[in-house]
Amino acid sequence: MTFSPQLEAKFADLITHYPEGRQKGALIPMLLYAQDEVGAVTPEVIAEVASRLNVKPVEVEEVIGYYTMLWRHKRGKHHIQVCTNLSCMLAGGEELYAQVSKKLGIGHRETTPDGQFSLEETECLGACSWAPAVLVNYDFHMKMTPEKLDRLIESLGSKQ
Amino acid sequence: MLYNEPSPHETRILTRRLVYPQAEPIGYEQYAAQQGYEALRKALAMTPDAIIDEVKKSSLRGRGGAGFPAGMKWSFVDRKSPKPKYIVVNADEGEPGTCKDRIILENEPHRLIEGCVIAARAIGAERGWIYIRGEYRRMIETMDRAIAEAYQQGILGANVLGSGTRFDLYTHTGAGSYECGEESALLESLEGKRGNPRLKPPFPATSGAFQCPTIVNNVETFSAVPDIIMNGGDWYAALGAPRNGGTRLFCLSGHVNKPGVYELPMGYNLLRMINDVGGGIRGGKKLKAVVPGGSSCPILKAEECDIAMDFDTLAKAGSMLGSGGVIILDETTDMVKFLYRTMKFYAHESCGWCIPCREGTAWLKKILERLDAGVGVSKDLDMVDQLAQSMFGRTFCALGDAAAMPAMSIIRKFRAEFEERIRSAQVFIPAPETRPLVVL
Repeated sequence: MTFSPQLEAKFADLITHYPEGRQKGALIPMLLYAQDEVGAVTPEVIAEVASRLNVKPVEVEEVIGYYTMLWRHKRGKHHIQVCTNLSCMLAGGEELYAQVSKKLGIGHRETTPDGQFSLEETECLGACSWAPAVLVNYDFHMKMTPEKLDRLIESLGSKQ
Repeated sequence: MLYNEPSPHETRILTRRLVYPQAEPIGYEQYAAQQGYEALRKALAMTPDAIIDEVKKSSLRGRGGAGFPAGMKWSFVDRKSPKPKYIVVNADEGEPGTCKDRIILENEPHRLIEGCVIAARAIGAERGWIYIRGEYRRMIETMDRAIAEAYQQGILGANVLGSGTRFDLYTHTGAGSYECGEESALLESLEGKRGNPRLKPPFPATSGAFQCPTIVNNVETFSAVPDIIMNGGDWYAALGAPRNGGTRLFCLSGHVNKPGVYELPMGYNLLRMINDVGGGIRGGKKLKAVVPGGSSCPILKAEECDIAMDFDTLAKAGSMLGSGGVIILDETTDMVKFLYRTMKFYAHESCGWCIPCREGTAWLKKILERLDAGVGVSKDLDMVDQLAQSMFGRTFCALGDAAAMPAMSIIRKFRAEFEERIRSAQVFIPAPETRPLVVL
């Protein structure tokens, strides 16, 4: 399996960041970057990354089971993470999560049938002072309100 | 990008170059024009011991949560060891209530790079990583651009500013794990493994990343170093409180009028922080309680809040300064729900390596869920306390303690509220259908 030229260049550089013989250090970044391109950590991605870093597939599997950002099934094109941890909860994060869940008809770590959206109720995103926070892919949306969130999802949906 | 306006009460050292709203990060040109990398030039002319002494004098304490004196940590590294030495920056900011490291990562990446190169000089490190949580991808990109600039300017690479020493610095992305903010779990993650903590000792200064001597410090700790070297350790120490040098970033969140990240001297009074800096409680309500330093810190009741915010004073009061995440709760806050949500977090984030934490957090969550739902019984309250006590201090890392401390403190300080919830519950539980054992 091959990745885009940009990602191949990134991987070639990434492997040089770790001491000689300890290239396994690149494993988690590689999986995450590959997932960003492919949409999920598929069996092909696992086999490919394992062979490139010369690790056993089971070493890759155990890592996927641990880190919440690594998904075996496909994420939506727009992955929406709503924080419901303490500071966001005090500012209405749980209600925002329920609102998105109802609007999109999906629950925690689920993807819409058209593959446009996936949803996750997430733990602290590190935006507590500007709560409630929502993360769409890697972009932060802070001080959210029900109206702002509605508009955000509609504008994402119309982008297709 | 800055997301809140600065406060006139701030003492701006770490954030002095930032101008609200700081739409773009400070690039190399601007940083260099404003005395950037002058501290590094000064440090390159100093001996490693002199650098460490200056940091010791500054009484700079770890900003990640534990508050360990940074200079002392650096002095534990055996510089004569034949192994390579490493610098690791903990930018896995994940403690609920904390959003300060991103201020530096997003706006002034060169400050962090300068701090790392000075630290590398002090311990003789050739390589370093900035471990940034996966959700902060945009900040990883900002750091990568700044690192590329630093290579171009000869600040990083084979010959740091003509000194003849090598230092390489890279970013490393996490992938969603609170536990990886614990230094030994972070090192496991850096090596490409599950983020389970290591048994200590050996501490990272002896055997850290890839089994080599390593110092792990928070973003804010490294970022404070350039000013310490420029102006001297004594100057920095005098900014703060005794044994708690300098300023730190406090993240105010919750029920205040002006939540935000503010730079204040160590030892700043908590009530003034809420009223003067934070603009008081929202809606003119009364203060109920404060979590002073991230969700793992024991809670302070309103009457305990007239207190100096430094590591020692809070420890004496039975709490912690932690990571500077100050969560302010007004009189309407439901403490049962608050504790349930806290425990839900720890149950989700426990890595499962140590049994007291794996089982303890899961059971605490279960018990608090039923208390919150109104179907708890009064013996649950003692059970929460006992469970938390039997987790405390019995795990490899501090996550077990981090879950136990809020559980014990909230259930003890707000016990009446929990009892009231049990009493007032209007849940009718029907008796199970029974059949006589013997039919005559």
